Amino acid sequence: MSENRVALITGAGRGIGATIARTLAAEKTDIAIVDYSDESAAAETLAALKEAGVTARYYRCDVSDFAATKAVVDQIVKDFGKIDILVNNAGITADKLIMRMEEADWDRVLSINLKGCFNMIKHVTPYMMRKRYGRIVSISSVVGLMGNAGQANYAASKAGIVGLTKTVAKEFGARNITANAVAPGFIKTAMTDALTEEQKQAMYKLIPLGALGETQDIANAVKFLVSDDARYITGVVLKVDGGMYI
Amino acid sequence: METLEKLKEILSECKGEDLDITPETTFDELEFDSLDKVDIVMQIEEAYGISLGDNMQLSTVGELIAKIDEAVANK
Repeated sequence: MSENRVALITGAGRGIGATIARTLAAEKTDIAIVDYSDESAAAETLAALKEAGVTARYYRCDVSDFAATKAVVDQIVKDFGKIDILVNNAGITADKLIMRMEEADWDRVLSINLKGCFNMIKHVTPYMMRKRYGRIVSISSVVGLMGNAGQANYAASKAGIVGLTKTVAKEFGARNITANAVAPGFIKTAMTDALTEEQKQAMYKLIPLGALGETQDIANAVKFLVSDDARYITGVVLKVDGGMYI
Repeated sequence: METLEKLKEILSECKGEDLDITPETTFDELEFDSLDKVDIVMQIEEAYGISLGDNMQLSTVGELIAKIDEAVANK
């Protein structure tokens, strides 16, 4: 078995999750990507990870499916021998004002964003407990701390991650398992690229640092929280938002 | 006797070292905390396909063996 640490990252096929995967791989961490999309969507990420000289494998799984997440965690432990790091990054949006939000919009977002975190934590922690070591980072959002019109489901799911994280920190602290959350603000993605210059200017006014964040800013926070430098940090929500919510 | 052997395996795995246990061994002696106890109960339930309930008080290994054997007999 390799000496590297092993990280399970959900939703790591692309976007913030893929940047987290590449960043941890650069720290000699083997990567298990768990994603709902077809493996071909993650081909570029997988190639980059292998290029970095670590073992990387792709597992297709719906994180909201309790039984499927157990099966995938067991398989990853079989393949890699252990799981040292869990990054709960998988998430979706289905934005609508509450007036127009359907029950299905609520259920789907909560199932993937919040129950998905519970499922992974539930199945990964028994392995971490026995190793007396674990680093769990869940991606929340400043929207979960401040609310946002049109995102009742998303904001509730991201606020739920905060409560879940603090509870995990308390329940598993005695086993040297830390649990923290990262709360991104506006991050530059394909979605923000599509905004008009006027819309971007309006966004910048909300951010004291006057710019959008990069996916790398989020990955750097995750890298820190899973590192030995953060060994005495648990139960925190680290905002990476340019001061948008203070 | 069979249950004792299986239990020894489960407790040793949980502790991360080979434990020498007898029916008289207490869980306090083994220095298991509440989290360990939950983990142990869950592993036993999975190994035997039984349910031991959420609030099981564990005192000695012998008591636990009796509870396991009873649950297995009532399956």
